[in-house]
Amino acid sequence: MAAEQAYVSIRDLTFSRGERLIYDGLSVDFPKGKITAIMGPSGTGKTTLLRLIGGQLLPDSGSIVVAGQEVPKLKRQQLFELRKQKMGMLFQTGALFTDLNVFDNVAFPLRTHTDLPESMIRDLVLMKLEAVGLRGARDLNPAELSGGMARRVALARSIAMDPELIMYDEPFTGLDPISMGMIVKLIRCLNKALGLTSLLVSHDVEESCSIADYLCLVSGGKVIGFGTPNELMHDGNDEVRQFLRGEPDGPVPFHYPADDYRNDILAGGEG
Amino acid sequence: MQKRSLEFTVGIFMVMGIVALVLMAFRVSGLSVSDAGDTYTVKAHFENLGGLNDRAKVSMAGVTIGRVTNIYLDKDWYSAVVEMEINKDVDNLSIDTSAAILTAGLLGEKYIGLTVGAETDFLKDGDWIEDTQSAIVLEELIGRFLFNKAEEG
Amino acid sequence: MDRIRTLGRTGIGMIESLGASSMLLWNSLMWGGPGSAGFGDLVKQLFSVGVRSLSIITVAGFFVGMVLGLQGYTILVDFGSEAALGTLVSLTLLRELGPVVTALLFAGRAGSALTAEIGLMKATEQLSAMEMMGVDPLKRVITPRLWAGMISMPILALIFSTVGIWGGAFVAVDMLGIDDGAYWGNMQASVTFYNDVVKGIIKSLAFGWVVTWIAVYQGYASMPTSEGIGKATTQTVVIASLAVLGLDFVLTAVMFGGV
Repeated sequence: MAAEQAYVSIRDLTFSRGERLIYDGLSVDFPKGKITAIMGPSGTGKTTLLRLIGGQLLPDSGSIVVAGQEVPKLKRQQLFELRKQKMGMLFQTGALFTDLNVFDNVAFPLRTHTDLPESMIRDLVLMKLEAVGLRGARDLNPAELSGGMARRVALARSIAMDPELIMYDEPFTGLDPISMGMIVKLIRCLNKALGLTSLLVSHDVEESCSIADYLCLVSGGKVIGFGTPNELMHDGNDEVRQFLRGEPDGPVPFHYPADDYRNDILAGGEG
Repeated sequence: MQKRSLEFTVGIFMVMGIVALVLMAFRVSGLSVSDAGDTYTVKAHFENLGGLNDRAKVSMAGVTIGRVTNIYLDKDWYSAVVEMEINKDVDNLSIDTSAAILTAGLLGEKYIGLTVGAETDFLKDGDWIEDTQSAIVLEELIGRFLFNKAEEG
Repeated sequence: MDRIRTLGRTGIGMIESLGASSMLLWNSLMWGGPGSAGFGDLVKQLFSVGVRSLSIITVAGFFVGMVLGLQGYTILVDFGSEAALGTLVSLTLLRELGPVVTALLFAGRAGSALTAEIGLMKATEQLSAMEMMGVDPLKRVITPRLWAGMISMPILALIFSTVGIWGGAFVAVDMLGIDDGAYWGNMQASVTFYNDVVKGIIKSLAFGWVVTWIAVYQGYASMPTSEGIGKATTQTVVIASLAVLGLDFVLTAVMFGGV
């Protein structure tokens, strides 16, 4: 693991939203060219981590280095440049532009960022759509797509500019098994074919384990486990194992912290 | 095809705006093309304006030939100075033209009425009208009437 | 004590959103003229902001003009000066009702639609997606809408006044039998292009700017939930209407004097 080069490197990240501390000195490296799944209980701010890496949120302190650039210190213009050239992000809902059809959605980044002639844009768009298997759906509107198709179109759109890093925000949520299978296959294929660095936020243990090279477990504002799925399943600490196996009680208690049950019941009488 | 019709409708919208503006200009406000700029300014002292406003009409024989553009107090003489724009085509006002502040109807707006004199020289831009007659102020009129009555009695 | 704290927090919140909306306005206008996001986008927005409001503006203008004609007639006829009806209708429309009523209708029709649209784009992460593609949503989404609002509003107000004046003429000349020449002649004698028409246009420009600004800000700053969007839409109509009426007083005082 140490031999691998880190594409995204986070050091001592602290981030709070209002009064609530979300990350407390988080440090992690995401290796280049691999799929890393970021997992953890709901509400630990996994999506927030993606937004921090994308520069949409600013950390309170700490450093986030993507492709050798310190994201929080970039000027607005440089940040847009970095996103344009290096990053792609797939949102949970797909986030397709509702006023454009499938073709124009995928063409959007190309038309905005390049001066390519329309014929070349057409070729590129059809290539990307073919990759996600939706070349035939080019004239549909986003409203006519199913959830899985919308996500595949969005995937085609996020790889339109050939990024080096792609971030998936909950790519499996709310999909039927077939669509889920398609997305899993696409993520794996794209990673192999394009040599992408992929970050994937999910709580689907099974799917994540099946495609991720590494798992990164986040809880309580810190990384509690990092390694290949196999390593973590067997060698991780109790909390890691509880999460991966989906046990209802363990280091993360079933009960929300409360006074002793017996005392509480008895105290009711005095009320 | 659909895009073409969108642009077409927006174009129609713009044209409607321009048509509305043109109607406003010519049909509603009676703007005529030669109106702007073709004026010259003359000034006049008045003892009392009695409610004359900026933009009041300047008329001769009942025809509007200009507008009041500026009103201020002459501090040396304690009298009012009125500047008015006269249409360029009325360029033959003699230098002894007289100006009076008149009222349109009993309670109507005040305007300036010009009456031409006998001289052969004409007023030019920036000239003063010497012969002026102030507004009739109703209170003064009544006061004078009562005073006369009292003297008689 | 609690009440004072609430009051203070509300005050700070208001100043914060004023600052945030000013920055939004500054950033989206400084970074691009009307065509910065492509001329096509501006045309598209002109269609959804301007053309879509046209029918309500035309119908409302016609009725307002007719009502002004009727009401004015019943008052003026007592003084025997019903010939001044044209003046009354045209000045009222050009100086006041044209810009103001158009702005209020515009806030309800186009403003709320703008807020809902932008709020929905935010809720469905379209704005975030744009940012992550390295496209500035201010430039791409907000700027063309702001310009479209500012361009549409004076046109709509002019159309409103024009239709209203002809509506007044319909009532006065065709129904009440006022002399055609008196209606238009008195109007032309008392309406001046610079003082009435142009100042009315200035007013509607200002209103268009304020309404669109409030609408896009409310959408952009809305909570990305269905409840939040609903609230933001209501806020747009309420705040924009009040702002229009307040600004109208200020502009009237400055331009038509008296204060």
